[in-house]
Amino acid sequence: MQIRFDKLGVVIAAIVAYAAFAAPFATFRANRIVPGQARSILEALPTATGTLLLAIIVAAALVALFRTPLVLRLVASVVVLAALALLIGAAGTFLTPAGNTLARVSPASGFWILIFAFTLLLADVLTRLNLSPLARVGVLVVAALAIGLLLISGSWDNLSILKEYANRADSFWAEGSKHVTLALGSLAAAVIVGLPLGILCHRVERLHAGVLNVLNIIQTIPSIALFGLLIAPLGWVATHVPGAAALGIRGIGTAPAFVALFLYSLLPVVANTVVGLAGVPRAANDAARGMGMTDRQRLFGVEFPLAFPVILTGIRIVLVQNIGLATIAALIGGGGFGVFVFQGVGQTAMDLVLLGAVPTVALAFAAAIVLDAVIEMTATKRRVETA
Amino acid sequence: MKAWLPSLLRLALVVLLVAFVTNPGWFEPLLKPLTENNAPVIYNQGSLLTLTLLHLRIVLIATVAATVVAVALAILVTRPAGAEFLPLSRSLVNIGQTFPPVAVLALAVPAVGFGEKPTLIALFLYGLLPIFENALTGLTTLPANVTEAARGAGMTGWQRLTKVELPLSAPIILGGIRLSVVIGLATATIGSTVAAKTLGEVIIAGLLSNNLAFILQGGLIVAALAVLIYDGLSAVERYTARRMGREVE
Repeated sequence: MQIRFDKLGVVIAAIVAYAAFAAPFATFRANRIVPGQARSILEALPTATGTLLLAIIVAAALVALFRTPLVLRLVASVVVLAALALLIGAAGTFLTPAGNTLARVSPASGFWILIFAFTLLLADVLTRLNLSPLARVGVLVVAALAIGLLLISGSWDNLSILKEYANRADSFWAEGSKHVTLALGSLAAAVIVGLPLGILCHRVERLHAGVLNVLNIIQTIPSIALFGLLIAPLGWVATHVPGAAALGIRGIGTAPAFVALFLYSLLPVVANTVVGLAGVPRAANDAARGMGMTDRQRLFGVEFPLAFPVILTGIRIVLVQNIGLATIAALIGGGGFGVFVFQGVGQTAMDLVLLGAVPTVALAFAAAIVLDAVIEMTATKRRVETA
Repeated sequence: MKAWLPSLLRLALVVLLVAFVTNPGWFEPLLKPLTENNAPVIYNQGSLLTLTLLHLRIVLIATVAATVVAVALAILVTRPAGAEFLPLSRSLVNIGQTFPPVAVLALAVPAVGFGEKPTLIALFLYGLLPIFENALTGLTTLPANVTEAARGAGMTGWQRLTKVELPLSAPIILGGIRLSVVIGLATATIGSTVAAKTLGEVIIAGLLSNNLAFILQGGLIVAALAVLIYDGLSAVERYTARRMGREVE
């Protein structure tokens, strides 16, 4: 049998070779802000475990390097990712001197590059498997459950990021729920306002260019400036409109952040509604008219269902964007995971930055996968129905 | 609307912008009501002109680097030799877009330190995605009869790429560059949270000292730059599209 190399595998194997043998696996620091000392895989783990991990990594890299069946590649990437996830926790326990509560162990570049390389392999396998939307959501749920189990089991408790978490567990969940409320709440408001506005723009030609231009210009205002600019008008509303302060409207805090996210969300929602409605085939509209449907019936019975996948795409853009932008709300006292990011940057405590950044990335990533799946399902359903 | 009105508005915006960054003192009376307790009206810890130029420089460097890398990658995955990478690169682009800018900035700090470098990295990564996506669209949606004609005329792969495929995709690639420049201009302001010298510095100084005039001047300069650059690149795009006989949506 002829041995053939897999092109992506060559790239992955090269990355893995560097990460496993040249880059540090974990960083050890005497306390949370001093510069760290690098530890390779064999230094960071008991000899037997370290050797085993290296053997697994090399074996999986070989599987990636040559043309091998997809199932084998799937198993190899999942096994390595699981081993890395378990053993970075073990490295935390192994490197932390017994009874020392100040010492910090965090994953180093080698670990992150290994995770990247094998996630790349896994992503390639999953792309080639061409999974159905439901199956993709299933993979996401399984991955989330696995990470949740690892967190609950406490095997990562000796890692620096979880020590940062342990110090502020209460505020973590409070800021997390603020973050989600900000992102989802402003999305909901944008949909409630944006859908009718989009329909109006579609029907009234004169509004079309004007509304979209204004929304386009709002998008060009840098987010931190928009957050800041809203402080003054909302502060004015709070002091001059009776009852506004009681509703929680204040110059700084959640209110300006909410309004800013809402303004940023309008453009994708309105623009996609307009594009979706414009894409409805003329024949479908004519047929509906011919059947004697009223304008309202046509909107809800024909145009809206046909435009739905495009509108959903707009909502996906907004949701992912909002989850990211909500981190900036922390700058004006609006809360959210950004609080930890900016605190961490201020204290040069990178694990605190990670405590804010990792959940944000995970949320955005999960939202993208779920909404992509929903979009694909509604689009295919439509094709099946019209076929 | 008269045809010359948009051009006149644009010209007025350019004049206003240049006047503001070179002689901010002229505008002091306008911004004065926004400050309290005799706080400074015009940003006083550095010249607005220098910050504007530094801001533009960061965006320019990052966009040029992102364009080179993204177009090279798109060319690679659309050649027969790189076709294997095509599906994966598509999903990577999708995943990449879910990373929030603040997270990228903050995570780049431990690797490269504070200042301009993390901002450049974040801008580069953010710039890559739209350009790559558009270059991919441009290179994969070429009219089949044109590429076949080029093949039939005996052009080599390299000639087809440089004389047919790239020129035809240029308008779409430019669209990606325009998007990434506008995103970059806004993201560069966030770079000031990790101590990059950009216009974000003015905005953050305003947030910290509760000075609305600072926030407004920083934000408006960036917004004006974005609107003008967006318009300018759109015009270039329309021009190349007309020359290539391709429609830009």
